[in-house]
Amino acid sequence: MIREQRMKKRYAAEKRFQFLGVVSIGISIFFVCLLLFKVFSTGSTAFFKTTIQTEVDFDKKLLELEDIKNPTLKQIKEAEFFDVTYKAATSLYPYKNDEEEKSVKLLLGGNYEYEIKSYLLKNPKMLGKKVIIELTASDDLDQLHKGNFPRNIPEDRRRLNNFQLNVYDNLVEQGKIGSSISDYFLFSGDSRDPEIAGVAGAVIGSFFSIIICLIISFPIALMAAVYLEEFAPKNVITDIIEININNLAAVPSIVFGLLGLGMLLGVFGMPRSTALVGGMTLSLMTLPTIIIACRASLKAVPPSIREGALAIGASKVQTVCHHVVPLAMPGTLSGTIIGLAQALGETAPLLLIGMVAFVVDVPSVPTDPSTSLPVQIYLWSESAERGFVEKTSATIMLLIGFLVIMNSLAVWARQKFERKW
Amino acid sequence: MSNKNKITAKQVSVFYGSKQALFDVDLNIAEKEVTALIGPSGCGKSTFIRCLNRMNDVIDICKVEGNIEIDGQDIYDNSVDVVQLREKVGMVFQKPNPFPKSIYENISYGPNIHGIAKDKTHMDEIVETSLKRAALWDEVKDRLDQPGTGLSGGQQQRLCIARAISINPEVILMDEPCSALDPIATAKIESLIDELKSLYTIAIVTHSMAQAARVSQHTGFFHLGKLIEFDSTEKIFKNPEDKMTQDYITGRFG
Repeated sequence: MIREQRMKKRYAAEKRFQFLGVVSIGISIFFVCLLLFKVFSTGSTAFFKTTIQTEVDFDKKLLELEDIKNPTLKQIKEAEFFDVTYKAATSLYPYKNDEEEKSVKLLLGGNYEYEIKSYLLKNPKMLGKKVIIELTASDDLDQLHKGNFPRNIPEDRRRLNNFQLNVYDNLVEQGKIGSSISDYFLFSGDSRDPEIAGVAGAVIGSFFSIIICLIISFPIALMAAVYLEEFAPKNVITDIIEININNLAAVPSIVFGLLGLGMLLGVFGMPRSTALVGGMTLSLMTLPTIIIACRASLKAVPPSIREGALAIGASKVQTVCHHVVPLAMPGTLSGTIIGLAQALGETAPLLLIGMVAFVVDVPSVPTDPSTSLPVQIYLWSESAERGFVEKTSATIMLLIGFLVIMNSLAVWARQKFERKW
Repeated sequence: MSNKNKITAKQVSVFYGSKQALFDVDLNIAEKEVTALIGPSGCGKSTFIRCLNRMNDVIDICKVEGNIEIDGQDIYDNSVDVVQLREKVGMVFQKPNPFPKSIYENISYGPNIHGIAKDKTHMDEIVETSLKRAALWDEVKDRLDQPGTGLSGGQQQRLCIARAISINPEVILMDEPCSALDPIATAKIESLIDELKSLYTIAIVTHSMAQAARVSQHTGFFHLGKLIEFDSTEKIFKNPEDKMTQDYITGRFG
């Protein structure tokens, strides 16, 4: 009887324990799904832009090219496009006064004049003809079309006035409003206008930072780990070094930002807001993480391998270089990639070294001013325009994507190079 | 009819930190013979054998006192290079520890780092001879490029013996080479040791009294860090002088 009761109790306890485990996992998965759903549902629209089919008249007279018979590309480039673009923008809807004229023009994105000009430069045959071009719509129209702007609130609280709503409805009726994949989002730099702002600058900036971080931190961390693990005598000094490395891994990242600001920018006078300094600051932060990962994987190499090598007369360095380090490589690589993934998502230290600047140009070398993905998210999340909300989420999607890729790479590296013994 | 002494150890004491593991051991190992060291676990026989190629150097807290000479040369002398010593004194461990590389690379590694092979053909020869001497050639000659870790336990141990003899040492130390193997693999290793003793001086640590009796010409009995008795194997097993030795080999303690 007592025996049965005890068994019952034991089974119940086991079930309870497992149930709690399942609940914990369930909660975690729920929150991850919630995050992903929220980010994807808000962000996915940022990859698309709204366009307005606009009739553009590349009249030679308007371009002030009537005196030239066969104008060269250079001459077209230098032509006067003001009248052409003005005519195109105002042709969308008949207006009555200056106010309405301005309202109509504001329906087109901030870059429409350039779009018209580059169309002609790509298709110089269209000179003197009338063509229909799909021009990027303004952020406000874009958001209206995507259904993010409510229409039934008072006019003075809306970004679009009643007249503009009329124009929009009219254009929709004519089938002139369309939507296409936004080339701006992936391939251009930041902008004050959400409809033409892109993450290219941030992606390249992040890429440069990570590469510099890798170049600096991996060799240093590997050498430090190998020396500490294989060569250093165990004494008070190495104990202190070990404690300090473990502590550094737990130091808030903003502190490394201050160090970068004080040392790299202050003492060495390196260029601020650049991926070079960003990468160096991030490498300060990732160094302890990578050292710890490297040491753990060196420790995991069985001592029998070291003894085997030493016993046939390999020197200490030969033992380490020929056997221990290659065997520790999978752990070392995946530790490094995870450290870099951490650096990729880091914002705070970059804020301090000025990578938070508004940079329009996509950087071409690491010494160009740039931002990085997480900083771009931070910047856009602070912007007032509705268009930046979806851009923020879309950038988070990109960042998550890159992190997933890097972590998968870490898992792959571990499995690919792992050796059994 | 004993051969001349290859290794002479005098007053060898070993300390791990403050703990003394060996007490004033005097022991001579004869050339081209098999010397077995027996005794209960923790008696210091492995510690002693690891002194002979200075494997104890890798343990920070280990300190060796006394005098060990190989061919009259003090191996703990400052002028002795430990790498050259280990080139001369090879070692096979308790657990087979082939490198996680191919069978060929396992053997060629030693000759490679010591620059023994003149060219590729010479290296092939060394690999073949070593594997033949370790009685492994016939089993692996068709798969030299496969990982050494894929072999069976007994084959792995013979691979380790082949690796040890690839650099042509004068002495081979074996630290319980059969303790992780089944009886068939053990028998193969034993007959291998028997063949190898014409070429090399062998010192073997073993837990199996039968093994010591089968393969060795001299046997030393260790207990609690002291060498209790050292004599010819025949004498130790038939007519030991010390009561403790007798108790141990007859299985009354240990």
